[in-house]
Amino acid sequence: MNKTNYMNPYFAGVLLGLVLLAAMFLSGRGLGASGGIKYTVVALVGAIDKQHAMESAYYSKYFENGESPLKNWLALEVFGMILGGFISGALSHRLKFKIEKSPKISNNKRLLFAFLGGVFFVYGAQLARGCTSGAALSGMAVLSVAGFVTMIAIFGSAYIFAWFFKSLWI
Amino acid sequence: MGPLTILSEFPEWINLLIAFCIGIGFGFALEQAGFSSSRKLAGMFYGYDTTVLKVFFTAAIVALAGSQLLSFFGLLNLKLVFVNPYYMNATIIGGIIMGAGFIMGGYCPGTGISALSIGKIDALIFLFGGMVGAFLFAETYPYIQTIAMENYKGPMRIEEWMGISPEIFTLILIIAAVALFWLAEHAEKKFSRTEITTDL
Repeated sequence: MNKTNYMNPYFAGVLLGLVLLAAMFLSGRGLGASGGIKYTVVALVGAIDKQHAMESAYYSKYFENGESPLKNWLALEVFGMILGGFISGALSHRLKFKIEKSPKISNNKRLLFAFLGGVFFVYGAQLARGCTSGAALSGMAVLSVAGFVTMIAIFGSAYIFAWFFKSLWI
Repeated sequence: MGPLTILSEFPEWINLLIAFCIGIGFGFALEQAGFSSSRKLAGMFYGYDTTVLKVFFTAAIVALAGSQLLSFFGLLNLKLVFVNPYYMNATIIGGIIMGAGFIMGGYCPGTGISALSIGKIDALIFLFGGMVGAFLFAETYPYIQTIAMENYKGPMRIEEWMGISPEIFTLILIIAAVALFWLAEHAEKKFSRTEITTDL
């Protein structure tokens, strides 16, 4: 079974574009990913320390309507993403537990940088009010200036930092 | 006439069901594109695999041109579609921080979720880091609130900014994308690393 048969990138792009168009047509909004992560954290903090959540300038707005922060468009969309990715992986025989990394680095090094990358990415996404999906891709589709600036900032910065982190990948 | 859930006043659960279905399509498309592989994504920044650029720009153009066509035929009211607010300083600084996270972690949040869905352990750790990042943001919010709010420009659109019509801008973007695709195909040959790409 050939596991590397990814879809042609232009065709996959059309498919992704149609999904985004469907979100715009059906719900009047774009796609998102970091938002789903944020709502998970908001829900966790609310469950662990409700008082802290209600007093915080940041969390309190998510508890105003008295409903769970996970009963939310983005959170539901992210649950769907996991199912969609799983179906795709099952159809293309790519379901497998593994740590993906360059053979030149150790598992621990890969996982350490994966963790740090996650901390940086989502911190930046909260500041910029969206990530590659919610700000850059969805923003560009509605011609938002924020979308184009986010796209240029993410990719421009990644190209510069790529020089420093070369040994992680090649 | 769209957006359907806004104009038809559907109950909330229908909108949430739509969100779940859109998510299935989103996750499926990302995984099929190969975005569940960090080494494939990282290839974008070393030139050996430019799938990211091809998928990203094709998708943006399909949604952009598609929504304008729907609007032209009176099927979609674009004024009711969410436009991201532009907080200039936060967008630029946040974008730079995200770029650093991208090359360290090998994923962005969406591709990380896609990779987790097929069992990548590194993606699980990336997303765990992401939750820590969101938590740190919330806890440090009082200190960075000024940066987060500075130079607010509202939900500004390209045509107000550049003074050209959406149609002309879309056309320019399509031409630019085709030029980038051509460059990307060349880059993949020039910076080819078969020891990595045959492994993906």
